[in-house]
Amino acid sequence: MKTNKYKIVALVVFASLLSVNCNKDDSNGTPSFEGTYVQQDQMGRPAINTVFVASGAPKDQFNETIPSQMSANFQSSFQTRLLALNAGYTTNALGLDAASFTGVLATDVLNVKTSGTTTFFDGTNVLTGRVPADDVIDVELLLIFGGPDGTSNPALTSDHVDANDKTFLTSFPYLAAAW
Amino acid sequence: MKKSKIYLGLSLIAISGLVLIAADHIDAPAVTGNASDITDFYAFQGQDTNNMVFVVNTQGLLSPSATAAAKFDENVMTEINIDNTGDNVEDLVIQAVKRGNSMYFFGPVAPGTTGKTSTIKTANQIGSVEISQYGQNAIVSSQNGYKFFAGPRDDPFFFDLGQYQAILGGTAPGFNNPGTDTFAGTNVLSIVVEVPKSSLGTAATLNTWVETKRKQ
Repeated sequence: MKTNKYKIVALVVFASLLSVNCNKDDSNGTPSFEGTYVQQDQMGRPAINTVFVASGAPKDQFNETIPSQMSANFQSSFQTRLLALNAGYTTNALGLDAASFTGVLATDVLNVKTSGTTTFFDGTNVLTGRVPADDVIDVELLLIFGGPDGTSNPALTSDHVDANDKTFLTSFPYLAAAW
Repeated sequence: MKKSKIYLGLSLIAISGLVLIAADHIDAPAVTGNASDITDFYAFQGQDTNNMVFVVNTQGLLSPSATAAAKFDENVMTEINIDNTGDNVEDLVIQAVKRGNSMYFFGPVAPGTTGKTSTIKTANQIGSVEISQYGQNAIVSSQNGYKFFAGPRDDPFFFDLGQYQAILGGTAPGFNNPGTDTFAGTNVLSIVVEVPKSSLGTAATLNTWVETKRKQ
């Protein structure tokens, strides 16, 4: 009887120790996420900051700007940059003049359709998303240098690197293993 | 053969003193060489067409020998922003942040406040995944209809950046055919999250972007 009592007490003590340990484990498994986090980098479409924003402080400023304020702050400098890259720019394959094109680009968001094909450009669909295999650089070169029908400046409208150096996976996580 | 090409390409760029920048790789002084430097962002329909996939890559141009040492930073929160009302202001966010050996995910949920400053929506945790280690198989987690991955991957970006810089520098009239992929043989740190489209609202088109935010 006495022995049993001891056993019960021991069990209770052991159980309470266990539960303390469990709580400890729980707090390790649910770490703190407190605090305030402030924007340092931003990206929507590929290479926009790279191509259209001047080096140094302006690149940081662009990264720290929220998309709804980008056009007001950067459209004009984007247009200057576009015309520096291609002084003969009139319109592009999307039919956009310099002001309209840079107005679209300066708001650095990636448009994505919620049904159907998602691609930067696949010959049919335009700016409905971005898959890893999309040759986004050729699309952007074509829109910057190709003129209204895509035939201007043929030496500048493709970098002739048409695919990644590894094959993408068809299933999650889609990206290829590291080198 | 391929390796020597890469090293030649990289050393040529280094010699000519050009800054390596593309997609969004190493684009700005405040974030270059930093865990918060975004290199690329992708948004596309999943293998299951009811799902949307978001990919965020950071810390670009990691050589294989540098990849094992590259780490996510617990003080950098990655926030995928989704505008489903067409005003370029985020209506939903998906947040990812590292704690210990895992990446934790929250959302999609309306942010506490829109804009440059965020807190983590702790009440809306949707799952976590152990961060995959370099040289090992990808660890993937599926929870509540969501899928998660975090760890090193091949950089999916491809571009003859060297030749582009030569063109801008006035030393070349155009691209070569074939071109040389400056990003061949390099790695990034990736976060991949797949979510049900139904969790993103009912809009036909979303405006999406990613931000890295640093703990103050």
